[in-house]
Amino acid sequence: MFRLEPRASAPLLWQVATPILAVLATMIVGGGLFAAMGFDPLAAIRTIFWDPLFGPAAGYSRPQLLVKAGPLILIASGLALGFRAGIWNIGAEGQYIIGAICGAAVALAAYPLDAFWIFPAMILAGAAGGWAWGMVPAMLRNWFGASEILVSLMLVYVAQRIAAWMAFGPMKNPEGFNFPGSRNLQQYEPASNPELIANSGLHWGGVAAILALAATWFVMSRHVLGFHIRTAGAAPRAARFAGVRPERLVALCLGVSGALAGLAGLFEVAGPAGQITESFGSGYGFTAIIVAFLGRLHPLGILLAGLLMALTYIGGELAQMMLNLPAATVQVFQGMLLFFLLGFDLLTRYRIRRRA
Amino acid sequence: MTNVFRAEGLGKTYPGVRANDDISFGVEAGEIHALLGENGAGKSTLVKMIYGLVRPDEGHMALLGAPYAPHDPRAARAAGVAMVFQHFSLFDAMTVAENIALGMENPPPRPELARRIAELSQGYGLPLNPARRIASLSAGERQRVEILRCLLQHPRLLIMDEPTSVLTPQEAEILFATLRQLAGAGTAILYISHKLEEIRSHCDRATILRQGKLVGTVDPRAHSARELAAMMVGAEMRLVDRSGRKPAAPVLEVRALSTPGGEGMALKQIGLTLRSGEILGIGGVAGNGQEELLSALSGETLTAPGTVALEGRDLSRAGPEARRRAGLLAAPEDRLGHAAVPEFSLAENTLLTAGARQGLIRRGLIDRKAATGFAQEVIRAFDVRTPGPDTAAGALSGGNLQKFVIGREVLGRPRVLVVNQPTWGVDAGAAAAIRQALLDLAAQGAGLIVISQDLDELLELSDRFCALNQGRLSAPRPTEGLTVEEIGLMLGGAHGMEVAHVPA
Repeated sequence: MFRLEPRASAPLLWQVATPILAVLATMIVGGGLFAAMGFDPLAAIRTIFWDPLFGPAAGYSRPQLLVKAGPLILIASGLALGFRAGIWNIGAEGQYIIGAICGAAVALAAYPLDAFWIFPAMILAGAAGGWAWGMVPAMLRNWFGASEILVSLMLVYVAQRIAAWMAFGPMKNPEGFNFPGSRNLQQYEPASNPELIANSGLHWGGVAAILALAATWFVMSRHVLGFHIRTAGAAPRAARFAGVRPERLVALCLGVSGALAGLAGLFEVAGPAGQITESFGSGYGFTAIIVAFLGRLHPLGILLAGLLMALTYIGGELAQMMLNLPAATVQVFQGMLLFFLLGFDLLTRYRIRRRA
Repeated sequence: MTNVFRAEGLGKTYPGVRANDDISFGVEAGEIHALLGENGAGKSTLVKMIYGLVRPDEGHMALLGAPYAPHDPRAARAAGVAMVFQHFSLFDAMTVAENIALGMENPPPRPELARRIAELSQGYGLPLNPARRIASLSAGERQRVEILRCLLQHPRLLIMDEPTSVLTPQEAEILFATLRQLAGAGTAILYISHKLEEIRSHCDRATILRQGKLVGTVDPRAHSARELAAMMVGAEMRLVDRSGRKPAAPVLEVRALSTPGGEGMALKQIGLTLRSGEILGIGGVAGNGQEELLSALSGETLTAPGTVALEGRDLSRAGPEARRRAGLLAAPEDRLGHAAVPEFSLAENTLLTAGARQGLIRRGLIDRKAATGFAQEVIRAFDVRTPGPDTAAGALSGGNLQKFVIGREVLGRPRVLVVNQPTWGVDAGAAAAIRQALLDLAAQGAGLIVISQDLDELLELSDRFCALNQGRLSAPRPTEGLTVEEIGLMLGGAHGMEVAHVPA
């Protein structure tokens, strides 16, 4: 028999090793799953993890890496702030959708005006929308003690319904032959978020993600605010003793993570997606939770984890096309990754001993 | 006399520490046997080996004449060894009977269990209603639950780990009457403590440990407390120097301070005046509002305007950081998780309270070098034994972390310092150092409030003494001339607990 023995401290080696172990375990178990479904496991894994970068169609898929990683990293860097403090924003997907709607609203209201301020105003509106959607669970928690986990999660579904309403109603493209969905912002230049360097996949969202990573790194390691966030997560009473007002921290963390998610949505709607549709939310907000944890809530880790998760998105699509793997594969993969990560996480805090 | 338990040459080595070295002693049937030693002397390792939590590297044990080598507490319990821990493991929301059933291997049906609890508790003079919720019990009554839980197993050896640390003197007397009765029925009792007077008046023999080694087994009644302390510490105890204090003008004024109860104890109309250069001792049994009082003074709980004033300035609505800037500092009781963050390094832990006063945080930016430097200063000034400022606070022993926490505040040159349980769970050497630091701080003109459950400590330190009981603070009395009995009555006596009905 084995037993678990708590470690005095979490060794850095294990903190770095567990995400890698989790990725390996996901590949192995995922491969087994593919084999059970009758696919060649090695080919499937190769298609998902290798081909998007170096395969025959890499020229198309490589830029997609930054397109997908940008919003994931942007959202995850905000979520990590709250997660460090023990404030669980599970509803980034909703803040992402609302941010996109608010940003798009500015553009659609300005259409067809050509002015330099339109895109900056959209950015502000996107951030404000996400912030406001994040403040709902924050205020409900501060005023009534409601769980921000449940409230933020449920607000995702509200946001999805609002997106559908917008796509069919107020934001429907008047020149869209009665199809649902807004005007395509890619075709409205003052509001569009184009690729900055041809074939790189980098748009303003990617730039914002890098800025967000740098800012959160600075706050977490150099600023007293980051110290308070970490203290609140590690020992809430010590944080109170240090002078932290828990309500303020809740509002700050949910507000900032909401604003960043809203920004991600805005850059998406003005760029790759182009328009508000019924199914605008594509799961970035949820996947970003995995990115945040896979990256150990650390900016550098989030950068790597964001790229990896983006790879599974692209590789999953590729595997769908090339091998006819079911569409749910990506989600199974991502779910497995989080599952294994949390499982292996045990090893950072405990060591396994043989029971004598 | 027969040895119920015997240890022969027990040894245990942890990485870098020889926790126990060649320990041999025996506990006889019907005796209360004290295990005496400073924190870190190896008492808890020894007891953990007896209770099956740790396996010895060398030596062997015998229970009732048979070889005894428990590999877990369950085996220890099955063999007839029971233990009452210092920290209770009870669920507040459940009843006495439910809690006891949870700890049993094969709990009998609830009515049967309730009947046995009632029977046993009457028999040993530990009145306890099995249907009461733990939340409504006093610390003394909670301890009874733990003791009853043990007694239901009919142990041959009962281990008590610092049981009186949560009791008033009167409650402690009741406990000893119970223990005496148990011993009279043939149970061997191993009683861990560092309270010398208590051991001298109640224990039959005492085994003394120092730095993991056996000093000897002695008759505590044949030695003075000073002699016992010398055996325990290995040198003469340093006496604290109380000189040089001149209470002067009032620095802290607390008027009609009340807090709503909620989960803890409500504070009711607390009033006190603290002078500079004075130490005001506040005694009381745990759970009578000590934590709440500290929170109200530190600023973690805000109170009505006009209730807390430092040198005439109303701080009632100011948070902890603003109060620290004004010179009102505090050190809470719970070192791990309240006064310090266990996962953080010592350097980071200085930032909790010393950020502004030591200039470690300027315009929101953390000066890591300064924090490390200040941590080093605390470590040096207070003789904190640790590899360095980068060590995690949780890796320090209780005494060393407490020295660090107190040192961090003392070096902040407070106008008023409020401490709760400054030497709780701290070895005698560290405790003396902490007390001396508090006295020196008062001698330099600061006002101190020392909240403690250790009455000897309060008598040693304070100029005036108040009792905190049920959230109410008594009028202060000069410490000179107060007796322990008088203090016990100020603390609420035996809290309505009945005295054990000791059969003649």
